[in-house]
Formats: sequence, structure tokens, C-alpha cells
Amino acid sequence: MNTSVKVLSLSVAAAVLMMGCGKKEEAPKPAATAAAPAAPAQVVVKLGHVGPLTGGIAHLGKDNENGARLAVEEANAAGIKIGGAPIKFELVAEDDQADPKVGNTVAQKLVDAKVVGVVGHLNSGTTIPASAIYNQAGLPMISGSATNPALTEQGFKGVFRVVARDDQQGPAVANYLVATSKPKVAAVIDDATAYGEGLANEVEKTLKAAGVQVLPREKGTDKTADWKAVLTKIKGKKPDVVFYGGMDATGGPLLKQARELKIAAVFAFGDGACTDKMAELAGAAAEGLVCSQAGIPVQAAGKKFLDAYKAKFNIEPILYSPFTYDAAMLMIEAMKKADSTDPAKYLPTLATNKFKGASGDVEFDEKGDRKDAEITIFAMKDGKVAPFAIIKGGKSLTLDEYAKLGCSPDAPC
Amino acid sequence: MDIFLQQIINGLTTGSVYAIVALGYTMVYGVIQLINFAHGEVVMIGAMTAFTVIVAIVSAGTPLPPIAIVLAGVLAAIPICMTVGFLLERLAYRPLRHAPRLAPLITAIGMSIILQQLALLIWGRDPRAFPQIMENTSFSLGGAAISSVQIAIILMSVVLMGILTWFVYRTRFGIAMRATAENVSVAGLMGIDANRVIAGTFIIAAGLGAVAGVMYGTYYGIAHYTMGFILGLKAFSAAVLGGIGNLAGAMLGGILLGLVEALGTGYISEFTDLCKWPVVGSEGMLMERCAADGHVVLFGSNYQDVFAFLVLIMVLVFRPSGLLGERVSERA
Repeated sequence: MNTSVKVLSLSVAAAVLMMGCGKKEEAPKPAATAAAPAAPAQVVVKLGHVGPLTGGIAHLGKDNENGARLAVEEANAAGIKIGGAPIKFELVAEDDQADPKVGNTVAQKLVDAKVVGVVGHLNSGTTIPASAIYNQAGLPMISGSATNPALTEQGFKGVFRVVARDDQQGPAVANYLVATSKPKVAAVIDDATAYGEGLANEVEKTLKAAGVQVLPREKGTDKTADWKAVLTKIKGKKPDVVFYGGMDATGGPLLKQARELKIAAVFAFGDGACTDKMAELAGAAAEGLVCSQAGIPVQAAGKKFLDAYKAKFNIEPILYSPFTYDAAMLMIEAMKKADSTDPAKYLPTLATNKFKGASGDVEFDEKGDRKDAEITIFAMKDGKVAPFAIIKGGKSLTLDEYAKLGCSPDAPC
Repeated sequence: MDIFLQQIINGLTTGSVYAIVALGYTMVYGVIQLINFAHGEVVMIGAMTAFTVIVAIVSAGTPLPPIAIVLAGVLAAIPICMTVGFLLERLAYRPLRHAPRLAPLITAIGMSIILQQLALLIWGRDPRAFPQIMENTSFSLGGAAISSVQIAIILMSVVLMGILTWFVYRTRFGIAMRATAENVSVAGLMGIDANRVIAGTFIIAAGLGAVAGVMYGTYYGIAHYTMGFILGLKAFSAAVLGGIGNLAGAMLGGILLGLVEALGTGYISEFTDLCKWPVVGSEGMLMERCAADGHVVLFGSNYQDVFAFLVLIMVLVFRPSGLLGERVSERA
């Protein structure tokens, strides 16, 4: 609010000044007429977005940013007025390098830049610590991809996510593995990040509950390229399924090296490694991998969104851009409805608002998690991750059944 | 047993790559007592150049046999890296030849950062996947699998080490190199052009780095603009382990480090599993967790990158001159 008041008064002052000048010197005309009308001047409102734009998963960070950018530009094109003044939204995009330390620095930077809300971050490991900073500053924050349950268990009022949690995603993919491969022995690997480890824990819990013997956890880091030693060790224990909690930049080499070592197990991954990039990084070895995403598949996102995204960025959306798009839209909608860009004023609206977005109906529960969030199970086929089951409300549906429910984002149920 | 053998094969392969990179560190150190921290980045540039060439050939659809495509990548990477090595010496290190020892060292770190950022500008931020063009057949060896790429890497590095040894001990340039390493001014009095020898050393080191880069890229299937940093540090540790300045030491150090890393990563969690220690597993919380999970592991395989530096510290504490080196302590 501070900024908008400043900008307003400044532009009024400028207008008065110009008019004054005009009288004396018979006018630098175009400028004078533009500023002259009594209508309030345009107010610039800043929205933040944070994701990794450098490093191994920069492609996912850019995808998330594109989603938010599209929302902001659509809102600007629609010419929104809040508090009587025309609003121009500006996206302040920051790079957290998927590093919690950098994440906190850029979070503080956004707070200092007086953004009115933040879409992000991408990784759970950066989102959780940064959420405390936003909470202290009273800024609403919506992550379009952080799935670790701890994020919304902190009791912060302004913290939301538009994807499912890992204690929904983990059991979903684990149950799927149990049902289809009937494993006796399972190996679980993670990349020692909040996301990878958290998701791997949930998968391990579910596998154990189903009576599967789970091998001692193996770990890499989010930069590991050499998985041979770990995989060799696992190979000796002959697992039927292997689950990896981590991102595609490390998951691709892991899968490739596993097949070189002739490990025959079914490989399963979480949402971080559920992209077409896996086929590029692992080559032919990627065929048949199983993975999950904590929402509806990109292909099932609203057609309006998909077309606009392709037209604007000239590439296909990768993973969670429909969700960051919705996150930014949710904030803008809440500001419109509350008729204020003051975080304290629009936050209650944001928490209770119902919204039909590119990823379906969005409504938050009291913790800030998405109500009735979907999980999708994918398999790699011909170099693309193809969705074949959407799990909604505990029921497993095929894509066609999901579409028949009439629940597509274009016509939500 | 076959698992143990498999870890040995893995270790030999990574060790061969470390050895070739470590040779680059040790040769330069031997001649001008400079630790060329930009060497890891030269390796990265080698991998990236080969990646570009291989992708270009593959996407052009030329009907070349896969081995020829990889060779073309190597042959393109070697001159590029040699040029980079030459320029590094000529522009960054030669003007500082007589400056205090710290100045060229810091310059080396600076050059490393510059090369990394240049690579970021040229090749972008995405991890680059090496196209899998070679049929990667695995052979059985006493219950373990050894792939054709692994065999190629080990053989290639043995051949390179052989050629280098012959070069240094049997050719005129090699003799000049060893003379310069012994004493630059006396070598000069004998009619040896020190500048030529030093530039030549940098060029050979960079050429080896290029080959190592392609080995690394084809083995792990991935290249990234930051890959040279940790690889360089590990190879440097290998050079120190063997005794920096000593060619045979670098080879031995590289192979040993590869083995330590593979075996360490493979077995650390077994050795630090508290449930297997008879002393601790008697009662209390630990007992309960052992009963529930069957394992309570103190250090897991994510300590993989730590072994190289653990080795480095041990060497510096107990045998600062390295396994085969003699000169480090007096010169350092």
C-alpha cells in the first residue's frame, strides 16, 4: 500500500507540475494531455516469483516462472482496476539456485522490494525456510510445486500450496508399485534434500505397511553424477522396485547407470523427476519408468492456458507451470475481490476464495493445502511421460474417466 | 564377492579418469610449481566441445560408425583445450612467473571462474546429456558387469599414460621438460628455451584434460558447466596423494582415489550400521529402532564426495610429500 500511495502522490505531483509548465510556455503537448485527466494514474503492483534459474534444474525453475509470468501478463492485458486505480502488475523474478541459503537471501530481497505476494519457491528445501521470512513480513506465499508436508504444518497463515502433499503423493506411487509389481524387496534412494528425503520417507512407510522389505536407505546429493557405487550395492540385494526421491538432473544419470549395471528392477520417481527430460538424460534406459506428479498432468491443464503458454514462450510447458499460473491468478483474483493490494486486506479473501484455474478447482483447507488435490501416475513411453492414472479422492481414474467426470479444468465439476 | 569386484571395476574406471586429470596438475606443478586450479575447467571445456561436435554429427544424420563420431568429438576437443591451455599460460601465468607464489595461485582460481562463466554463456545452464550412440554392451566378469565404455576408458588411460611416460623419458622435449623442472636457470644455460617448454607442458596437460572430459561425459552421460570444479578438486587430491610433481604418483593417486571412493561409498553404511556393532545394540531406543528397521546407519552413501578430501587431509598430515613424491616438503 505504501508504494501505491507514493506512486499516486508522485504522479499527481508530476501532473500538477506539467500543467503548471504548460500554462507558462504553451505546452509540450502530448505529455501534458496524457497526465492531465483527473483519473487516478496507473499503480504498479509487484508480485514476486522465486525458483532456481541456474544449476541442474534451471529448466524447471524457468517453467514455473513462465506460468506466473503468463498470469501477470494476462491480468495486465485485462486492465484490472483495484481501489479505483488501474493496476499494472510487475513480476519480480528471482533465482534461488535451489539452495536454501540463497533462497532466504532472495526472499528478504523480495520483502525489501515491497512485493505484495510471492509465487514460489520451487523446491521444498528452499520454500520451507523462506516461508518464515514471508510470514514475518505478512506476505502471502503460494508454492506451485513444493510438496513436503512440513511447509503447511508450521501454522503460518499466509502460506499456501496448489499441489498435493508428499504424504499424499508418496503413498499414491507406493501403492501403485505394490499393486502392479508386487515387490518383495524394495530399495529407496534420495538426494538428501527436504523434498527428496521427505518423499522417500513417505514411500518407504507405505511400502513397509504393505509388507514389503525395504533396504537401508541410500543417499546421494542434488549434484551427484556418479551413482555406480550406490547402485552396485543395491544390485547385490536384488530389489524388485527402486524408488528415487530427487530431481530429473540426478535421476536421469541414476537410471542410465542402473541399466548399465543390469539392474532389472522397476524404477519409480517422484514429481521432481517426472519430466520428459528423463528420456533425454537417461536415453533408452528411461523407457518404462514409473513416476508421479502432485497434481493433474500438464496435458490435462486448461486448453486456454496451454494455447497461451505455447503462443507466448514457443515451447511446451514442462511440469508445474499450470500451478504457478494458478497461484499468481489466485493472488490477483483475491486482490480484485478484496479491492485492495494490501496483503493484510486480501489475505483473508485468498484463504477462502474458490477459483477455477488451469489446474482445476482450487480451494484451500485451513492449513493452506489444496483441498481434494489430485495425484497422477505416469509411465515413460516413447520418450515422453504419459499419464495413465489420476488419483482423486482415493479413487484411481484413467484419463478418459477423469475427463468423463466432467472435471476438466475447462469445465470444472 | 561379485559386488566387491563390481565396486573395484567402478573404482578403476573413475580412478582412470582422475589419473588422467591428475597428470595435468602434476605436470604443470613439476615444471613451474604452480597449482593450476583452472585445469578442472579445461576438462569441462573438453567435455562440452565434444558434446557439441557429437550432437552436431548425430543430428546431421551422417552414417558414420559410432566410434568414429566419438573420436571426432575427442579430436575436436583436444585442439580447443590445447588452445585454452596455451592462452592460460601465455596471458595469465607467464606475466606472473617471477611474482610471489600466491599471485599465480589466485590468478589460477580467477581463471577457473572466468572459464566457468564463459562456458555458462556458450552452453547454457541445462545439464547436457551425451547422446548414447555407442552400443553399451556389458560383459560378465566373475559375476560383475563391465561395460564396453568402462573397458574403453581403462584401456585409453593406460595407453595415454604409456605414451606420456615415453614422451617424458625418451624424447628431446621430455628431457628438456625434466631439465626445466630440475632447475630453470641451469636448463636455460644448457640452451633450453624455458618459455617453450613451459608452454608445451601446459598444452600437453590440456590435451590430456580434453580426453578426460570426453571420458567423463560418455561414462556418466552428462556434462554441465560446473562439472569441472569438483572433478578438478578430486584430481588435485589424487595428485597430492601420489606426490605432486611425480607422474607415476599422479597415476597411482588417481587410481587409488577412485578405488577408495567406490569402496567407501559402497561399504560405509555397512560399517557404520550401529545394529551390527555388538557393543551398542543392547537396549533402549537404539534396540527398538534396530528391531523395527534392522539398521541404524550413521554415515550413508551421501558421504561419497567426502572421501577424496579425507584422503587429502590424511596424506597432508602423515606423509606430506605423498606416496611417491620427495620434493614437495622442501619446495612448498
